[in-house]
Amino acid sequence: MAIGTIEEKERSGLRLDKLGIIIAALAAYGAFLAPFATFKANRIVQGEAKAIWEALPTALGYGLLALVSLAAILAFVKSSVSVRVAAALATLVALCLLIGIAADSLTPPGSSYARVSPASGFWLLVFAFALLLADALTRLNPGPGVRVLLLVGILALLGAMLASGHWDGLSIMREYASRAASFRAEAGRHLTLALGSLAAAAAIGLPLGILCHRVDRLRAGVLGVLNAIQTIPSLALFGILIAPLGWIAAQVPGAAAIGIRGIGVAPAFVALFLYSLLPMVANTVVGLAGVPHAANDAARGLGMTDRQRLVAIEFPLAFPVILAGIRIVLVQNIGLATIAALIGGGGFGVFVFQGIGQTAMDLVLLGAVPTVVLAFVAAIVLDALVEATRGRGKVQ
Amino acid sequence: MIEFDQITKHYGDTEVVSDVSLTVEPHTITVVVGTSGSGKTTLIRMVNRLVEPTSGVIRIDGEDNRSIPAFELRRRIGYAIQGHGLFPHRTVAQNIATVPILLGWGKARVKAKVEELLTLFQLDPSFFAERYPHELSGGQQQRVGVARALAAEPNLLLMDEPFGALDPIIRAKAQDDLLAIQKHFGTTIILVTHDMEEAFHLADRIAVMDKGEVLQYANPAEMLVRPATPFVEALIGASERPFRLLAIERAGDAVEPGAAEGTPIPASLSQRDALSQLLWSGRPALPVAAADGAILGKVSLEGLVKRAARPR
Repeated sequence: MAIGTIEEKERSGLRLDKLGIIIAALAAYGAFLAPFATFKANRIVQGEAKAIWEALPTALGYGLLALVSLAAILAFVKSSVSVRVAAALATLVALCLLIGIAADSLTPPGSSYARVSPASGFWLLVFAFALLLADALTRLNPGPGVRVLLLVGILALLGAMLASGHWDGLSIMREYASRAASFRAEAGRHLTLALGSLAAAAAIGLPLGILCHRVDRLRAGVLGVLNAIQTIPSLALFGILIAPLGWIAAQVPGAAAIGIRGIGVAPAFVALFLYSLLPMVANTVVGLAGVPHAANDAARGLGMTDRQRLVAIEFPLAFPVILAGIRIVLVQNIGLATIAALIGGGGFGVFVFQGIGQTAMDLVLLGAVPTVVLAFVAAIVLDALVEATRGRGKVQ
Repeated sequence: MIEFDQITKHYGDTEVVSDVSLTVEPHTITVVVGTSGSGKTTLIRMVNRLVEPTSGVIRIDGEDNRSIPAFELRRRIGYAIQGHGLFPHRTVAQNIATVPILLGWGKARVKAKVEELLTLFQLDPSFFAERYPHELSGGQQQRVGVARALAAEPNLLLMDEPFGALDPIIRAKAQDDLLAIQKHFGTTIILVTHDMEEAFHLADRIAVMDKGEVLQYANPAEMLVRPATPFVEALIGASERPFRLLAIERAGDAVEPGAAEGTPIPASLSQRDALSQLLWSGRPALPVAAADGAILGKVSLEGLVKRAARPR
């Protein structure tokens, strides 16, 4: 009887979605109370906040308000998953298109000093509907391949937006336009730092992890030291490295010639490498320890040599866990590499710290947004890889 | 022929196997029984050198098993363990092909062998070859484990509680399969178990171990009639003795001349099962049929009861 009454209640009343309530509240605040864009006569002066209906041509402004309201209602009530995906996607695409139009319509004709940047309302709306999209996609539970395809689709869309010049009126793109060459150089440096230190950590961490797995006494010591390193704040670690690397540069012939210095790329690289070692080694050890004892015993009993057992049995079975370690390292390094700019290591952090110095938020965003996108892409791609490798031969 | 010659194994101060000498005849099944911690698993793991003895020699067909590298020795000896130890990331076919590939067999030969074994173990190759172990039932996994151990046609097969994880019905079937396979290949099998029922069902000879020592090494009938120590007697189980005695022999060996009413009993059935059928049918005797259906004679309650009595 009790079950019957609950069902009846659900059927009779309007069914509400818990996360949808939060999304709708965020969307309502973002659309009606927070500013959509900020207009500044030049780069330095205080900006003027513009609401959606002020920032956009009248028809488009009210059109966006209507779309946001409709999507928020669809999020609020229990609608089907495909409806939620469609509502979220439509709103996000509209937001991306309209922020470009807002930039064009707010900028006085011929002015090259005026700056228009997305304001809190825009970011809130993007956040709210990205949340709706992510939640709906999670409920669809797509396979790893589909997730990567979705990611490629979204990146292609963003790429097309950037290439079309639709956003060129936005201040972040204006900052980019005046720094295109250095942006590319810093992007290269950022990737080199993040991926290079990952490669070094994998090259050292994997064998070290295998060694720790085989030699019990080594394990506690190595993991303890790496744990201790992990607790050092990144800025402090950069500082600690200045003295020894400076000494090496001065004393070891040829060291300075290959770029080893107390400040710059070398200490940043070394610090990222040190931070990467713990997840690499720990996940290798955990992965190898998780290999079923019976499979290992059988491999030995059937006449595999230690190396054959490592390559054919232990490593493939531990691989998903090791890959999860690589995912942690990569995402962590992409974020941490930002700080390298403080000691002259370059990377997207250069724009962040320049922007902070000049109180130019647009410049900060020019460094921060690509970092976030990179970390996001790395996380999704590697998660998909981890799942794909796990899916094939399940471990009981 | 496998000879254990004064084998002793110490781990630190504890002696897990002490001074074991016994000889396993070729083409027979030898079952090593004992409680856990009796050293039975350690004893057979010394045959393929997963454990090295502290002292003593194991000779296989007269040759010291340390005369070739351990990994080469192991490829010649089949090895099946409790919980099957299948490689979860490899298909059934890849699992079975492990040793043949280590030995460098050609592709066609490996494939033919895998199909032969799967068919022999009643697993349809077209369905099972490409399955992963987690897609199989416990009984199927266990069969694949034994098939993998037999893939390179070893003369000797070591089995460490191979049926321990199976439920009773599947276990009985697996034991019968093993007997059939042993007949088919003539493999010498050394099997470790703590299950006396299993030991009496499978063994040509039984070695009873306790605290690292072999207390008795004898054929099942002799062990039943003349247990060497009170421990062996307790392990066999005093109340089980007449039934175990009947379980060793076939109904065909108890045939008496004459005719009887009722459903014929197959001659290959154990005398214990024959007794069970007699009791259940409520008849004093039942006919016995050969494999081809020809009636050989009868078994009687009276006859079986005599056979179950302590031999004098």
